[in-house]
Amino acid sequence: MGKQLLLEHINVPGIETLGVYRANGGYKALEKALKMKPEEIVNEVKASGLRGRGGAGFPTGLKWSFIAKPEGVPRHLVCNADESEPGTFKDRFLMQKNPHILIEGMILSSFALGANVSYIYIRGELLYVYHILEKAIQDAYDAGLLGKNIMGSGYDLELYVHCGAGAYICGEETALLESLEGKRGNPRIKPPFPAVSGVWGRPTVVNNVETIAATVPIINMGGAEYAKIGVGKSTGTKLISACGHINKPGVYEIELGLPCEEFLNSDQYCGGIKNGKKFKAVVAGGSSVPILPGALFLTTAKGEPRLMSYESLGDGGFATGTMLGSGGFIVLDETASIVKNLWNFTRFYHHESCGQCSPCREGTGWMEKILHRILEGHGKLSDVDLLWDIQSKIEGKTICPLGEAAAWPVASAIRHFRTEFEEYVKNPMSIKDVKHYYNVRNEKAPVA
Amino acid sequence: MAKEIKFTEETMALVQRMIKRYPEGKQKSAIIPILHLAQMEFDGWLDVPVMDYVASILKIQPIEVYEVASFYSMFNLKPVGKCLIEVCRTGPCWLLGAEDIVRHIEKKLNIKDGETTPDGMFTLKTVECLAACGTAPVIQVGETYHESMTCESVDNMLNDYKSKGERKTHYDKKHVH
Repeated sequence: MGKQLLLEHINVPGIETLGVYRANGGYKALEKALKMKPEEIVNEVKASGLRGRGGAGFPTGLKWSFIAKPEGVPRHLVCNADESEPGTFKDRFLMQKNPHILIEGMILSSFALGANVSYIYIRGELLYVYHILEKAIQDAYDAGLLGKNIMGSGYDLELYVHCGAGAYICGEETALLESLEGKRGNPRIKPPFPAVSGVWGRPTVVNNVETIAATVPIINMGGAEYAKIGVGKSTGTKLISACGHINKPGVYEIELGLPCEEFLNSDQYCGGIKNGKKFKAVVAGGSSVPILPGALFLTTAKGEPRLMSYESLGDGGFATGTMLGSGGFIVLDETASIVKNLWNFTRFYHHESCGQCSPCREGTGWMEKILHRILEGHGKLSDVDLLWDIQSKIEGKTICPLGEAAAWPVASAIRHFRTEFEEYVKNPMSIKDVKHYYNVRNEKAPVA
Repeated sequence: MAKEIKFTEETMALVQRMIKRYPEGKQKSAIIPILHLAQMEFDGWLDVPVMDYVASILKIQPIEVYEVASFYSMFNLKPVGKCLIEVCRTGPCWLLGAEDIVRHIEKKLNIKDGETTPDGMFTLKTVECLAACGTAPVIQVGETYHESMTCESVDNMLNDYKSKGERKTHYDKKHVH
């Protein structure tokens, strides 16, 4: 197992309490950071090569350097704990088991950004974790790690938890800020970017839970040391939440650059496919990333072994590659239906669309209905081309990336598994699971 | 008619503490946490007078509450049973048998997805990814995540809730003091 920077102490009994966390090296990074200048902390994060761990992989140090600093205007750091990307459960795991690593990261990151009031926006379904965080935050206040004059440094920070109420779109940073303001989660057009005009029009940085937690080991070991782990522009470690048809689902911390074959088959990680079945396909970074057939996941189109890194998983673009994404690693074996799985994801995007943009609002609905009629045995061969056409008219034509997130699974499933779609159309009665339920809500299926 | 719509003293104190988390004049930000408390206090759903009450606390227009309540999927705009059984229906859970779990509950309780049992005890609702995919299939009741569910463990879970007969809400009232 590679270096464990975030999960090193995850199994220590009581690590969720302040006392045990401190006894295992906790809040040393904060102590060090408060003696540095904010610009120095930003430079360490830049040197580390840390990239946003929520899915987009944008360089964190660069994002931090964009924050506007108008005189007399408060700035805010907002942690995106809205984890809702299907297949992803790493942030929940980290927050539930070791809340203080996130809190320590929030304090030192807020200091680096010049924020005196910061928020953790957690999805409403995780209210039990909201309460865990509130308790940990109260303990930090009681110990002088939050509030006025933290550790005698003269720095003040108020840290609050805020909860959502069930909306995948609020994981998009501008929709999250709208929600934090008490409104419907409708994404904003960028520019202006949150760094200039964020929550309540103030300069704001939004970062994923894992990204902020990673600043703790980065300050402890120094950015340059962190950058020695990994490969190329994929430095450090990443939490991967593995699920689906594997022997050992769960959250794993990997050094970026780990060979994909090892991650899938080694007993240290996923332990191979369950029940001796064959590996059919994988959605390697959350439902939004292109699906890949097993062989293309293990080896690039050039014939090289693929690695778990931003660059290697992206090798071949979308023609033969995918993305590291959020780290939500979903494995499908030979018994899985690509078409049914795609219908399920498309239903998800249709349900979660905020509705602002016609291509997304209408397009996801059309794709869901077409996939449903294919599954019910009423599909036409032209439906596959129609699906391709619809997704191509969503991609790039929406305010936020939910459009792409809905389009890419459709495009990749057709690109790599067209014959399966055609099988459903040509031989509907031969498909075992033709008896299929529309939308599970027992709503009347639309006219084919 | 109906009982007066008013938060208890403890809940109102919590509401005021929540409002203070946001800058002066930005109290509307507290709307989502407060709506969770309203569901906790008023039978698990948001009737129009309840939403109007929340609007009056935050000094905003009722429409500003209605539009938020109708956007977020955790807010119930119709009455729900004492236990809202929320079964995840997205990708990984679906791959690992969530559909069978849903069918099983429908058959056992004799209701369809979205319906409530005649005794007012259970409402079945399928929901999207709950971020627990490694222990699929997953069910949420109140604040509790029930993971790695089988038809058998579903039966045990339902029997347990039925025997206790208590209302479960996402914001559990044990956290209010």
